[in-house]
Amino acid sequence: MLIRPKAGILDPQGEAVERALPALGFAGVENVHVGRLVELDVQDAGQLEAMCEKLLANPLVEDYEIVVEQ
Amino acid sequence: MKFGVLQFPGSCDEVDALQAARRVGDAELIWHGERDLAGADAIIVPGGFSYGDYLRAGAIARFSPAMEAVIEFARDGGLVLGICNGFQVLCEAQLLPGALLGNANRRFTFRQVELEVLYSGGPFTGACALGERLSIPAKHAWGRYYADPPTLAAMDRGGQLVLRYAPGENFNGSLHDIAGVCNERGNVFGMMPHPEHAVDELIGGSADGLKIFQSMRMAVEGARA
Repeated sequence: MLIRPKAGILDPQGEAVERALPALGFAGVENVHVGRLVELDVQDAGQLEAMCEKLLANPLVEDYEIVVEQ
Repeated sequence: MKFGVLQFPGSCDEVDALQAARRVGDAELIWHGERDLAGADAIIVPGGFSYGDYLRAGAIARFSPAMEAVIEFARDGGLVLGICNGFQVLCEAQLLPGALLGNANRRFTFRQVELEVLYSGGPFTGACALGERLSIPAKHAWGRYYADPPTLAAMDRGGQLVLRYAPGENFNGSLHDIAGVCNERGNVFGMMPHPEHAVDELIGGSADGLKIFQSMRMAVEGARA
């Protein structure tokens, strides 16, 4: 599960990274956001959405994306 | 009256909360694994780093057996005070609207802040005057209060915005300078600064935090009368 800060909410971590990249010589970078990755093995992939809604993400302030690999 | 102070693995301010509560009534620690709230008239969810702030601050604590009991207690109208990590737990448990995000200044900040009392009619600020300034230490990295615009507007209309940082004091970027909010019913309250660290002028120079605990006692005793 990839968990990202919702668009439109201040992301100070993202901003800090965005400011650090030019200092290291990487130009032309915009829109940096820092989120979270949760990896797990599960028997029933149908449970993943409920896991995200209930624990892994805070749906008020975060969006999540579920990626399933067989 | 009796306060119950929850204690999670990683809590660090529960003992100061216990000592602060004992200045106005009886108080006892309640371990996170307990469902029995020990006959408490009011519950305090203390500051610290419950479960290491893993995943998100308060995200795991909200599912503890003690918090299940607190959620029921709150639904029945019991008084619940959440301080700092406790405020985060109450938002994660959806006993309070909104969420606490990383400080806009990107720093863990520990300093005395001036707060303004926006609402003084309820169980948590009844001992304060409207507009009164409280000097209380703030000590956190994840204290930026966020709620979406319709929610904030409803909270404003409903008297749920209880404490705010005085001008110039909002280091964490909380929307509307919010430092403390209550639920619609008014029985659940969360604040990021630490009233339990401001109950004795000998330590830190301000006893303004005691008013929060005194207000709670007034409310409990008033309800009995």
